[in-house]
Amino acid sequence: MSAIFRRELGSYFNTAVGYVVLTVFWFFSGLSFYTYCLLYNTSSLSMFFASMFLMILLVIPLITMRSFAEERRRKTDQALLTAPVSLFEIVFGKFLAAFVMFLLSCSIFILYAIIIATFTAPDWAVFFTTFLGVLLLGAAVIAIDMFVSALTESQIIAAAVSIGIAVLINRMGDIAQFINTEWVTNVINKISFDKHFSNFFTGIISLPSIVFYLSVAAVFLFLTARVFEKRRWS
Amino acid sequence: MVEIKNLTKRYGNILAVNDISFTANPGEILGLLGPNGAGKSTTLNIITGYLSSTSGSVTVEGFDILSDPKRAKAKIGYLPEQPPLYPEMTVRKYLEFVFDLKKVRLPKREHIEEVMTIVMLSDVADRVIRNLSKGYRQRVGLAGALIGNPPVLILDEPTVGLDPKQIIETRRLIKTLGKKHTVIFSSHVLSEVSAICDRVVMINKGTIVADSPIDKLSEVISGTGLLTLEVEGSPSAVRAAIGAVDGVRRVTHTSGVSYTVSYNSDIDVRRGIFKALAKADCPILMMTAGGLTLEESFLKLTQGGDD
Repeated sequence: MSAIFRRELGSYFNTAVGYVVLTVFWFFSGLSFYTYCLLYNTSSLSMFFASMFLMILLVIPLITMRSFAEERRRKTDQALLTAPVSLFEIVFGKFLAAFVMFLLSCSIFILYAIIIATFTAPDWAVFFTTFLGVLLLGAAVIAIDMFVSALTESQIIAAAVSIGIAVLINRMGDIAQFINTEWVTNVINKISFDKHFSNFFTGIISLPSIVFYLSVAAVFLFLTARVFEKRRWS
Repeated sequence: MVEIKNLTKRYGNILAVNDISFTANPGEILGLLGPNGAGKSTTLNIITGYLSSTSGSVTVEGFDILSDPKRAKAKIGYLPEQPPLYPEMTVRKYLEFVFDLKKVRLPKREHIEEVMTIVMLSDVADRVIRNLSKGYRQRVGLAGALIGNPPVLILDEPTVGLDPKQIIETRRLIKTLGKKHTVIFSSHVLSEVSAICDRVVMINKGTIVADSPIDKLSEVISGTGLLTLEVEGSPSAVRAAIGAVDGVRRVTHTSGVSYTVSYNSDIDVRRGIFKALAKADCPILMMTAGGLTLEESFLKLTQGGDD
């Protein structure tokens, strides 16, 4: 597993992908930080983090679009599947690499907190619970987008579908309002990524939200492994 | 040692591999020969565990590829038709990755140097794979297969796309490797198989059409002589006359006055044919004798029956 993890993480920085992701993410998050915190003269990062929700959804497709699609297109999956490693090791190694890439992108948030700290003490408890929320959200979305990448041989299709899903996830709350049937609205609200994410803003470590994100990640990693293996049996 | 028993692979209604059985013994170079689309790659992909089989079994060094995949795969070095390379890595980094991926327990640096020396890669060790020529990439793939000194090597068309000099080098290399490893390699070039292999398994349309030591191949396939004739007279009369001669197996009317005759090679049928045609008043214009070359017998086998 560590071989796959290291190669995958290395490939982000052997190619332009890693640098592009960091540049784009750091630039736009910096812009948000400037608008929502510095211009408003506030030490509260909650507005900033709320604006990061869509950013995170949109940057993860850039990280994950290659993972399985490119492997299949170049037929390098043949090396992985004929090596003495299990499917779990392959999928989880790739997932961890994407997650670490995401973590690197989000590490800039710590810098923003430090900038706030030079003016006044930020609410560290809220910052850390929100950061935990960011990581959990990231893990769930990475798993979903890796699953999409496993479905196709084309990075572009993987990215396009992942972005479509990102927009859908982002508008889930709105969709729930349009539907009049009560139980459907309830269900949508329960699986709303947005709602679960905002739970962390209050400084509370909400167990249902943690369980929600982790189970989404687990389900989609499982599906990814199944799809990746499916070709053997077709 | 690799044992393949009653292997069958179906894609929907298409039967890609149909009930194939053969064994590759230790220290043997086995050539899998067949035209494009015969099911060679499918067979090799099943042996290495990349594809599943519809039925049948594969055991590698005693480990079943389905029930004990990790141990079976650890015994195999596989070079697929298209080498599975990551173009953004350097040769050395790639081989280190393969080394870790296969969980090899040998001194890492020395082993990789050793493999690079065997396949003559040392001079490009720190170059990025993207910038290498096809021949070098093929060698990187081969080096990847050799990492960990697996007892079984499976090479899928290792010489395709190489220039003549590289082909000769690769063949020589496979021949040396065959002394220490069990090698199964596929090819659609007969001369290649007959140059390198100890044994050949010929497959066509998913079934085995011949399995024999290379030096006995032409006898096994044919046992048949071939005559080309030009005879004047009605085709039916000519065929009847020749067909009646003792030892003749089959008469084929190819075109106009041309016929091909296959016969048991232990009998010389030329006199008999001469006399029979003279009796039928069909003058022979030309008669050429020629046994089958290996290449012809290959074509004969892979194109199925004539006439």
